[in-house]
Amino acid sequence: MADYNPMELMICVAARNLEDGATVVVGTGAPCAAAMLAQKTHSPNLTIMFEAGGVAPILPSMPISVGDSRTFHRAILASSMPDIMETCQRGMVDYTFLGGAQIDMYGNINSTMIGDDHAKPKVRFPGSGGANDLASLCWRTMMMTPQDAKRFTEKINFITSPGYLQGGTSRYDAGLPKGTGPYRIITNMAIMGFDEETKWMKVLNVNPGYNRKDIQDNCGFELKWADKLADTDPPHADELRILREEVDPHRYIIGR
Amino acid sequence: MNKAVELKQGQNELFADPDADRAREFFRHKSRAMVNKVTTAQEAVKNLLHDGDYLGIGGFGANRIPTAILHEIVRQKKKNLAFAGHTATHDMQILVAGECIDRLDIAYIIGLEARGLSPSSRRAVESGKIKLTEWTNATLSWRIKAAAMGLSFLPARNILGTDTFKYSADKEITCPFTGQKYVAHPALYPDFAAIHVHECDVYGNAHVYGASVSDQDLAKASKRVVLTTERLIPNEEIRRQPHATFIPFWCVDAVVEVPYGSYPGNMPYEYFSDEEYLKQWLNIEKDPAEFEKFFKKQVLDTRNFNEYLELNGGIDKIIKLRSIEHLIDRK
Repeated sequence: MADYNPMELMICVAARNLEDGATVVVGTGAPCAAAMLAQKTHSPNLTIMFEAGGVAPILPSMPISVGDSRTFHRAILASSMPDIMETCQRGMVDYTFLGGAQIDMYGNINSTMIGDDHAKPKVRFPGSGGANDLASLCWRTMMMTPQDAKRFTEKINFITSPGYLQGGTSRYDAGLPKGTGPYRIITNMAIMGFDEETKWMKVLNVNPGYNRKDIQDNCGFELKWADKLADTDPPHADELRILREEVDPHRYIIGR
Repeated sequence: MNKAVELKQGQNELFADPDADRAREFFRHKSRAMVNKVTTAQEAVKNLLHDGDYLGIGGFGANRIPTAILHEIVRQKKKNLAFAGHTATHDMQILVAGECIDRLDIAYIIGLEARGLSPSSRRAVESGKIKLTEWTNATLSWRIKAAAMGLSFLPARNILGTDTFKYSADKEITCPFTGQKYVAHPALYPDFAAIHVHECDVYGNAHVYGASVSDQDLAKASKRVVLTTERLIPNEEIRRQPHATFIPFWCVDAVVEVPYGSYPGNMPYEYFSDEEYLKQWLNIEKDPAEFEKFFKKQVLDTRNFNEYLELNGGIDKIIKLRSIEHLIDRK
C-alpha cells in the first residue's frame, strides 16, 4: 500500500499546479493547504488571497474562517471583499479552488441545494458564498474532491457556480469573461481537464492504484479520455514531509 | 453579432428598494450634526430598528460581529426582518433562534465555514417559512457599494448563466460602449446596520483594523447605523490621524461601548473566536428542546452583553482568547 492517503495525494497534485509568481484565492481547508504547500516547495512567491480581504499572509496556522485574523497575519494587505473580488474581475487572479456537492461534465458546481423546489429545498447547503464570483472571474478554477457517481452527475440540481455551462462557447456567450473556466478536477482516482472545443470533462492522468474502469464506474456521465493518458506522479517524500510537518501538523485536513 | 442579444432576469423577489432618488430624499433629511451619540444597545435597537426593516450586519459571520445588538434584537422580539446573508454564520444562528427574519438575501447561510453546518439555520431555511433570494458574496458587496455610491445598480461580470442568477433578482444589461453583456446588481440600501469597530469617538468617527469585508460601504449605504465599539476614544485621536478614519460621524446614528463585543467571534488584534463555545452551540442545536433551554439561558435571560460574557467566563475567558489571538504560549 502507498504511504499516503487520498487527501494528501490531492493536495500535492493541486499544489504542483500553482506556479511561482501566480495569484490564488483560497478558502479554508484543503485549498489553503495546497497553496501553503506550493509556497513552501516550488512557489515561494505565490500570492495567497482570502475573499474577506487578507492578501499574502504569513499563515501561522490554518484559518478557521476566510475572514479570521490568521488570513491577514503579517500580511501585505488587509483590504475588503469588494477589493478582492474586483481584483479577480480585473483579471489579476490566476487560480481558485472550489468545492461542492455535485459537479457535471462541463464543470458546473452545485453548493446550494438538493431537490427541485428552490423555495422548499430537500437539502439546503450554504449557497454560493464567494464561489460563483471566483468561478466567474478567476482565470482557472480547480476542484479537489472524492469521486463517486452521485457527485459526478449529468443532471446537477442547481448550478451555483459556472463551469462551461452548456459546453462549447456557452460560458462566454452568457457574458462571463473570455478565457476563464474550470481547469483541473483533482479526485482520489484521476486528474481531469476539459476538451478544447466541447468543454466536456476529459481524463488526463490516472492516479496510482486505479484504472479506467474504476474512474468511469465512479462517474455519472461518460468521460472523455486524453489521447496520451498519463500516470499521476505520486506524492514525493519531501512534499509529504512538508505537508505533514509544516502545513498541517495537527492533521485537521489530511486526517479527514 | 447578428443575432439579437437575449436579456434575462432573475425570477425571485427583490426585498429592498434600489431607487436612488428615494434614497437621496432619505439622506437629505438624515442628521449631519456632530453630536454625542453614546447610548445603550437596548435604546439603539428600540429607537432605530423597526419590525419589517431590512437588516445588515457588519463583519463576517463570526469575525468582528456586533453581538450585543444581535442579542438585543432577539430580546426585543423584532419580527419580519429582511436580512443580508453576506457570509451569515453565528449572526444568522442568533437571528434564526429568535425567529426574527422572514426574508433572506442569500450569499452564504447556514454554514459556519470550517466548523460545519448549523442544524437550526438549516431547519429554518428548509421549512419554507423564510422567503429566499439567491446572490453571491461579491454581489451583495457590490449591491451595498452601489448604494454607497448613491446609484440604483452596478454592472458586473459574475453570476451570469447560472441558477444562482435565475433565483436572484438581478437583470442582464448591455454595455452602451462595448456591447458586452453584463449583470446589473440592484443597489441595496438597508434600513438598519450594526457594525462592531475597534474604537470610535462619541460622534461615531471610527477606526477598524484588519480585513474590512464590506463595512465601509455598509455604513454609507444604510439609513440608520449603530456602532458598537471595543472602546471609546477622544475625538483628538481621530483628528491626529484623519487618514485612518474608517467610518465618519455623519453615517452614524448611535454609538454603544461594548468591550469584547464581538465575543464569541474573533476581533482582529484583540481576541480570537471562542471555538469551544461555537462548537458547543452547534452541537446543542441538534436537539431543538435542549437548544431552546440553552438559548434562553444565554440570550433571553441575560439582560445585557456584560452578563452574557460573565456567564461564559468573563475576563478570564477573554485573557485566554487574547493569548490565542496573539499566538502567546502561556505555559
